[in-house]
Amino acid sequence: MTPSALLSLPMILCLGAAAAGLLTPSRAWPRRWLALMTMVALAAVGAMLLVTVRREGIQSMQVGGWAAPFGITLVADLLSALLVLVTGVMGLTVVSYSAATLPASKEAGAYYPLVLVLVGGVCGAFLTGDLFNLFVWIEVMLGASFVLLALEARQEQLEASIKYMSLSLMGSVVLLCAVGLLYGAAGTLNLADLAVTVPGLGTPNLMTAVSMFFLVAFALKAGAFPLFFWLPASYHTPPAAVTTLFSALLTKVGVYALARVFTLVFTQDSQLTSTLLLVMGGLTMVTGVLGAVAQYDMRRLLSFHIISQIGYLIAALGLFTRSALTALIAFLIHYIFAKSALFLVSGATARVTRTYDLHQMGNLYRTQPLLAALFFIPALSLAGVPPFSGFFAKLAVIQAALRAENWIIAGTAVVVGLLTLFSMMKIWREAFWKAPPENQPEEPTRPLSLGDGVLGPCMAMTLFMVVLGLGAEPLLELADAAAGQLLDPEEYVRAVLGGRP
Amino acid sequence: MELFLAITVGGLFAAGFYCLMLHSIVRIALGLVLLGSATNLLIFTINGLQRGFAPLVPEGQEALSPPYADPVPQAFILTAIVINFGLLALLLVLVHRAAQETGTDDTRALRTELKDSKQ
Repeated sequence: MTPSALLSLPMILCLGAAAAGLLTPSRAWPRRWLALMTMVALAAVGAMLLVTVRREGIQSMQVGGWAAPFGITLVADLLSALLVLVTGVMGLTVVSYSAATLPASKEAGAYYPLVLVLVGGVCGAFLTGDLFNLFVWIEVMLGASFVLLALEARQEQLEASIKYMSLSLMGSVVLLCAVGLLYGAAGTLNLADLAVTVPGLGTPNLMTAVSMFFLVAFALKAGAFPLFFWLPASYHTPPAAVTTLFSALLTKVGVYALARVFTLVFTQDSQLTSTLLLVMGGLTMVTGVLGAVAQYDMRRLLSFHIISQIGYLIAALGLFTRSALTALIAFLIHYIFAKSALFLVSGATARVTRTYDLHQMGNLYRTQPLLAALFFIPALSLAGVPPFSGFFAKLAVIQAALRAENWIIAGTAVVVGLLTLFSMMKIWREAFWKAPPENQPEEPTRPLSLGDGVLGPCMAMTLFMVVLGLGAEPLLELADAAAGQLLDPEEYVRAVLGGRP
Repeated sequence: MELFLAITVGGLFAAGFYCLMLHSIVRIALGLVLLGSATNLLIFTINGLQRGFAPLVPEGQEALSPPYADPVPQAFILTAIVINFGLLALLLVLVHRAAQETGTDDTRALRTELKDSKQ
């Protein structure tokens, strides 16, 4: 198989399996196993892609053989390949967790095909080399997420879906406007072609205006200040497996798209965009973490932390130095795992206590020792305590800010880290440490063990965090190479346009 | 003609955003329809209105010569219409379901947060 054929495989696998899944008889096991197998294959393809890109440089593929700026282009640089690999791993985690937690009636329905469509859309967004296709893949992903959110059709889910859907569709309208305006101005939407033509257009102000449309659209998808309302309004309503999938992948597509367009295409007025991104990132960190302070619903609290961590990513993008982009990539990977671990654990605690309300929990430290350990490690990692992955990721962001002499961002990052620790300790105190509430029915809860299948995925995520923390060097090295590719678009352009027959 | 279309696009956007701020879910859905149409019209207008210049390569030439109607924006619009239509159908299903649940299409009737905090 040629390396470039690998590029279309993630989407073919996911969408093909989704279609096949719908054709299988409406039972739980065929759909579940099909989804599991597909995710394993996706992770394998991601790993192969990463190895290929690391060894041979950026790969591109022209679908249908149409030459670059005219046809559909797929491109994989290190960042894309790394994210596809992580997507595969997350897909596998979520599917195995779903198999352990969801009722069979739900598994037999459209659940797994929808998860596959969502994952396929995410991979498409990471791999596409064309802005219009980016829009289409984002819509594919959003469409699947709308249905997943509303699948149980309880009233709170309906409320959440309607909010989430109308705000997301508004974001899509802005994105489509941006794409249309850019085509009108530049005559192309191929990212590599844009990287060449945009600087030569001689209309930097028009390009800045267009770039602001992209900024708004992608910041809305990423959940950045002041466009994050949809996130805490919706993420706490679906089952924990779905929330994990959303938190791991959806907002990251927004961050990835921001990183892509502002490193590759809109570099003409970097002073303005980087100031805007820094302000946005700083405020996102602060509002997210302050929003979490007031929450006593475990999932809502964690949803606000998604926002605050997105702030770190956007601030790192705003710094726009090589060390900052390295920090961004390392942080992105760490944070996908840390956040997913916490959401998976929140699902497991809810399974034991039948609630997400922290007031109603307690004493889990004694009754569920393994679960407590599996919460403790990702919580410390999210807050940035050594020796877990969060420490190195956060340290990298702060060092990049210090090196860029941006004291405000560095200070904000430290303070928000402390507040995150405070907030994690709140969950620890309320759910695990304090005595159980008095009106709690005295049913002896058996400790969850690995055999239940609930803790396996949590364990895997926690393990990643320990491994990425103790062996941070290879990840940082890879992130540094990926940041190098982002900062020097020449290789990207050559990979897409250079191979023109 | 450009001026007329520009004003129409602006009016559609204004009407769409106004509808999004109303309390009726059906009107929010209508607002999203208006926004979608406004975007499509915007793409159509901004990429140049041409009449009578089909994008056909004349005989004996290798490439198109400038005054021609670019077919690519129309392809964008077509794709956008399809996506918009699909997502809108989904939104209407949700609206229908919400109406069954609450007996009204008022967003305020759907709120569950207030009930939660009283507990």
